[in-house]
Amino acid sequence: MKNTIELTLKVWRQKISEDKGKFETYEVKDIDTSMSFLEMLDVLNEKLTLEGDEPIAFDHDCREGVCGMCGAIVNGEAHGPQKATTLCQLHMRKFKNKDTVVIEPWRAKGFPVIKDLVVDRGSFDRIIAAGGYISVKTGSAPEANNQPIKHENAELAFDAAACIGCGACVAACPNASAMLFTSAKISHLNLLPQGQLEAKERVVQMVEKMDEEGFGNCSNEYECEAACPKEISVSNIARMNREYRDAKFSV
Amino acid sequence: MLDSKIPEGPMKDKWTNHKSKIKLVNPANKRKYHVIVVGTGLAGSAAAATLSELGYNVKVFCIQDSPRRAHSIAAQGGINAAKNYPNDGDSIHRLFYDTVKGGDYRSREANVHRLAEVSNNIIDQCVAQGVPFAREYAGYLDNRSFGGAQVSRTFYARGQTGQQLLLGAYSALMKEVGKGAIDLHTRCEVLDIVVVKGVARGIVVRNLLTGEVTSHSADAVILATGGYSNAFYLSTNAKACNVTASWRAHKRGALLANPCYTQIHPTCIPVHGDYQSKLTLMSESLRNDGRVWVPKQAKDDRSPKDIPENERDYYLERKYPSFGNLVPRDLASRNAKYVCDDGFGVGATGEAVYLDFADAINRLGKDVIKARYGNLFEMYDRITNSSPYQDPMMIYPALHYTMGGLWVDYNLMSNLPGLFVLGEANFSDHGANRLGASALMQGLADGYFIIPYTIGDYLAQNPSGQIDANLPEFKESEQKIKDKTQKILKIEGKKTVDDFHRELGKLLWNNCGMSRNEKGLKEALEKIPEIRDEFSKNVNVPGSDADLNQALERAGRVSDFLEFGETLIYDALHRKESCGGHFREESQTEEGEALRDDDNFAYVAAWQYQGVGKIPNLIKEPLTFEEVPLSQRSYK
Ligand SMILES: Cc1cc2nc3c(=O)[nH]c(=O)nc-3n(C[C@H](O)[C@H](O)[C@H](O)COP(=O)(O)OP(=O)(O)OC[C@H]3O[C@@H](n4cnc5c(N)ncnc54)[C@H](O)[C@@H]3O)c2cc1C
Ligand code: FES
Repeated sequence: MKNTIELTLKVWRQKISEDKGKFETYEVKDIDTSMSFLEMLDVLNEKLTLEGDEPIAFDHDCREGVCGMCGAIVNGEAHGPQKATTLCQLHMRKFKNKDTVVIEPWRAKGFPVIKDLVVDRGSFDRIIAAGGYISVKTGSAPEANNQPIKHENAELAFDAAACIGCGACVAACPNASAMLFTSAKISHLNLLPQGQLEAKERVVQMVEKMDEEGFGNCSNEYECEAACPKEISVSNIARMNREYRDAKFSV
Repeated sequence: MLDSKIPEGPMKDKWTNHKSKIKLVNPANKRKYHVIVVGTGLAGSAAAATLSELGYNVKVFCIQDSPRRAHSIAAQGGINAAKNYPNDGDSIHRLFYDTVKGGDYRSREANVHRLAEVSNNIIDQCVAQGVPFAREYAGYLDNRSFGGAQVSRTFYARGQTGQQLLLGAYSALMKEVGKGAIDLHTRCEVLDIVVVKGVARGIVVRNLLTGEVTSHSADAVILATGGYSNAFYLSTNAKACNVTASWRAHKRGALLANPCYTQIHPTCIPVHGDYQSKLTLMSESLRNDGRVWVPKQAKDDRSPKDIPENERDYYLERKYPSFGNLVPRDLASRNAKYVCDDGFGVGATGEAVYLDFADAINRLGKDVIKARYGNLFEMYDRITNSSPYQDPMMIYPALHYTMGGLWVDYNLMSNLPGLFVLGEANFSDHGANRLGASALMQGLADGYFIIPYTIGDYLAQNPSGQIDANLPEFKESEQKIKDKTQKILKIEGKKTVDDFHRELGKLLWNNCGMSRNEKGLKEALEKIPEIRDEFSKNVNVPGSDADLNQALERAGRVSDFLEFGETLIYDALHRKESCGGHFREESQTEEGEALRDDDNFAYVAAWQYQGVGKIPNLIKEPLTFEEVPLSQRSYK
């Protein structure tokens, strides 16, 4: 039982960062509804290639929802309409025949567009390099079971550690804030006993790096949580703000 | 003759003795040594972070926009270690023994023993980094049994073990980047290994955003570039996984070992259309409660619910009464292929079998099943639009992991001095078949605990030469790369890169997949050069080489798969025995099980490049088994 649909796509095309960029319209036919969204783009790209056009550039790698490489704004929503789902895991059965689908890159000062749907998320790596780690050199670790960890804390830390660094939170936020991303890493490490020693420096350095990278502030819109494919909770932001204040007063 | 440099002495003392004898680099001198690390998966990130901590000058390269996105991120199940926390009889010796046996006696005992020895340090290191492994209510680390192991030695982090381990290694790497100690280059693809006077001295890299081609020299080069499953086009690997760095090192003289040892995972979501871009793995743990079956009647197109119990063939339970649905990966895969080849397969393509949870749900209740597999069922539902609570899953085997890779000695150095190879990219520890949860272990063992010692030994004996990246060897290589790019862009043919990749993939899958025979392999040897030839005349790569051009990236990788594929087939053809993931139909027992030929094939097959399309030269490294006596597997 093959189910196929046809769609009108309006896709953001931008050759290089410096270009202005504009929407192009493409008609796609015979889209099998069991395709993933990225497979639909593959099909369009194959067609564009054979017609002598340049295919649409988009980032992707695992296509399993875990590497955080893919992402685009689809009809105004980061990663498209399905909750808790990355773009690569979105399937065409979520669309109706003759729908118009608008596809744009993440838009944020901290994520300059590189080409078409591809953006530069290097700022996220720089935030991690500012303190998103525990400074334990290889070889100096104690026996793993020496330090039992309260189940509840371990679970909370894990919920935060599930962040895949895709940037949907930034793209969804009206202020292009990176607070959900940054706070998730801080919660992951600061909730664990291993992360305590550096907890204060960590929160201060990461928050300051985040500001320096040009990300906006949080005004409690909660759009980030709604867009997050891993359902990272905004409670991490509150925890980060608390820890930041405490650290600033005590450092 | 290949020298594997296995240290003297009893098995359990080899690594300790070796470590106490190797040469050390004076701490004040470490800064003078430059090391290049290619790849930021578990193996590369762990190596880069550790070498930088030791004081070496480290440059790191990866394809993705961030080191955190390497393919290792996708591993689900877990990582093994011989901690014996559950007190169920595990030990370094048992982990070593199981791994050698699981590899079907085609790995090097000394390497495997060392792997088992350092396994416990890995867990300590990861926990200290903040990797959130599963814990019991009392707060201690939890373990589970994985892939049919008789002890519970697998550490796991929900279904995201690879992600959490990689984030740990990535954070260690970024700590060094933050200090300014590591020079990190993302969105860069290494396209050549430069060899000067027989020694690996650097790499040539293409910046994927600007197209710029640059040379980088060093005292040693580490490749941690992952496996080559994507030669088969459809696999469970991430889309960027490739053989390029390994293949180009091979063309510069590095030997390629056992390329025909590939692992096929039995529980993946079946192919559903020609547009399909990858296959998704469903965790092996599903076979603990799911029952595999097909209809007894060929081409039966009734819905599974309408097929009564006595018209179903639970073929694994029937053929392997003692192991049933839990037979090893290769057996489960091959048997699925047999039933589908005979026309009993289900689903739209007839290439799928059922994995049914109805009995388990009846016996244990939906809640228990949900607690065990809820997230997997959800993932399955998202992809296929069918709920495993209501209808049986459909599964089919898919290419998953490659045991073969660049040949390395005990020090993880290839036959080219100065070129080290870690993780899935080398051939070293898994023989002809890898056990579940041991790739993550090997990648981190190589990166955290082995290379820091063995590379020091090499560097101490080879004082820094401060090689100039303007040497003719670098410039010639840069020019060759630029010429090749221009050539590809000018073909302007009528087929896309993916058309060729799919064609090669189908051929390898059909003729060198789950089971292989002489006729099929010879046919593949005829067809691959034809595809390669057509590629060079008829591929269409639009765009330019001066900005991001993803079709051009893929074209380079596919052109390497098209050359490499032939060597893979030569290896499969020459190995006339069955072992592990390599099943030669000509070599089976009366019951149809894989039959090893230890008298003639207990060796590592290391291939030496002789030119594109030329038969490579076979060099053998004999394998001896002192600790684990050779025996034939049986799962009846
Ligand atoms: C779906 C899935 C589930 C798995 N589950 C498990 C499991 O539960 N337990 C287990 O033990 N194993 C598992 N494995 C296997 C395991 O994940 C891999 O074998 C392992 O992660 C490989 O790590 P690596 O560091 O060698 O390479 P990778 O993680 O593949 O990293 C390769 C790196 O090399 C870079 N690279 C490649 N080519 C170039 C080039 N030319 N230039 C520059 N950079 C380059 C890439 O950018 C990347 O950074 C699983 C595999 C899959 C596919
Ligand atoms: S491609 Fe990896 S998360 Fe989508």
